[in-house]
Amino acid sequence: MSEHELVTRLRNGERRALARAISLVEQGGPAARAVVAAAYPYAQAHRVGITGPPGAGKSTLVTSLAQEWRRRGVPVGIVAVDPSSPFSGGAVLGDRIRMQALGGDPGVFIRSMASRGRMGGLARATADAVTLIAAAGFPIVIIETVGAGQDEVDIAQTADTTIVVEVPGMGDDVQSIKAGMLEIADIFVVNKADRPGVDQTVRQLRTMLQLGGAPADGWSPPVLTAVATTGEGCAQIVDAVEQHRQYLANDGAQASRMRALAERELAAAVQELILERLRGQRWEELVKEIASRRRDPYAAASELLDG
Amino acid sequence: MERKIRVLVAKPGLDGHDRGAKVIARALRDAGMEVIYTGLQQTPQMIVEAALQEDVDVIGLSILSGAHMTLLPKVMQLLREQGMTDVLVVAGGIISDEDAEILKREHGIAEVFGPGSSTQAIIDFIRSNVQLTRG
Repeated sequence: MSEHELVTRLRNGERRALARAISLVEQGGPAARAVVAAAYPYAQAHRVGITGPPGAGKSTLVTSLAQEWRRRGVPVGIVAVDPSSPFSGGAVLGDRIRMQALGGDPGVFIRSMASRGRMGGLARATADAVTLIAAAGFPIVIIETVGAGQDEVDIAQTADTTIVVEVPGMGDDVQSIKAGMLEIADIFVVNKADRPGVDQTVRQLRTMLQLGGAPADGWSPPVLTAVATTGEGCAQIVDAVEQHRQYLANDGAQASRMRALAERELAAAVQELILERLRGQRWEELVKEIASRRRDPYAAASELLDG
Repeated sequence: MERKIRVLVAKPGLDGHDRGAKVIARALRDAGMEVIYTGLQQTPQMIVEAALQEDVDVIGLSILSGAHMTLLPKVMQLLREQGMTDVLVVAGGIISDEDAEILKREHGIAEVFGPGSSTQAIIDFIRSNVQLTRG
């Protein structure tokens, strides 16, 4: 099947064609690039990123948010990323366990992805998979990152709206003024709000936001609470996402964000193509020379690029 | 580029025991495969839909409830209806030799692994029988 035919079929709502196309972009290579190229003009979705520490309830929240969008009649695609083993390269992808309530709904498409060695909370092919799901006609695509620590912030350059999920009792207020994940939130959600300490966590996050003065881009991230297991608070979160989308559309902020996203996509594509072209016999020789300290990596890179 | 073997591990039916399924998931992970674990109490429809969305090469069905002669043929029938006949399906759990023979001969289950099977035997079977050049 040609790449164009595959994209035509996925745009016609063939779920198996969409699933196959995602496998193709995960593998990479020329066929993957052709599929992305064919789908790219049709990929018009609002991309919602969900990140936060392991066990914060990301998968459960994704499920409840998807159910809220479905109640509003909106089809939802989901890409859920879990880590690959650094030793075997294998992975156990368990996000679907929490998403069983979405089973059997043709307005939902869920794909699990292993990070395959990529740091930063996403897989190399996550953005491409999101493009394909968007082209298949899902106006909302939710991206769930691996359980993230403080520095896994790639999602902010892949999503239009980034939701950072926190839970009560995750450290003192100095944690909240550290750099990293808390800076990328468009919306904060304090999940497990039926547990003690939720008011304190909300207060710490609000104080942290106020310490920074007025946000440079004019959007001040709301701090919302939720109990993802019951769906409590999810309507407000979906409302906030819609408000953020409006804000992006009206404020011209969308243009600068789109530019940042585009730049990242270009950089990733350049890196992939260059690596693919340069790998070969000379590459292997240079790797050996670097490993035995006979050559430094910068000199080796210069030789590969400049000949 | 290297093609990863993707495996859906699912528990059809109503029994609540998934220690075996988790042991298998872990062993396949350590063998370098990507395992999608769907959790307990899956209907055949849920299993086949998940396998389709995840584009898996292999489905591993763990069943201890005794309902295998109802649920496993249903999974196979739904896979045929979706045109997913190139997916390798293996089963594990408490399944008698007679039933295993029927499941393999009449319904297209590739292999049945009973209690005491080594995880290495399962890994080897998957590696030698999976079709990675699916159309």
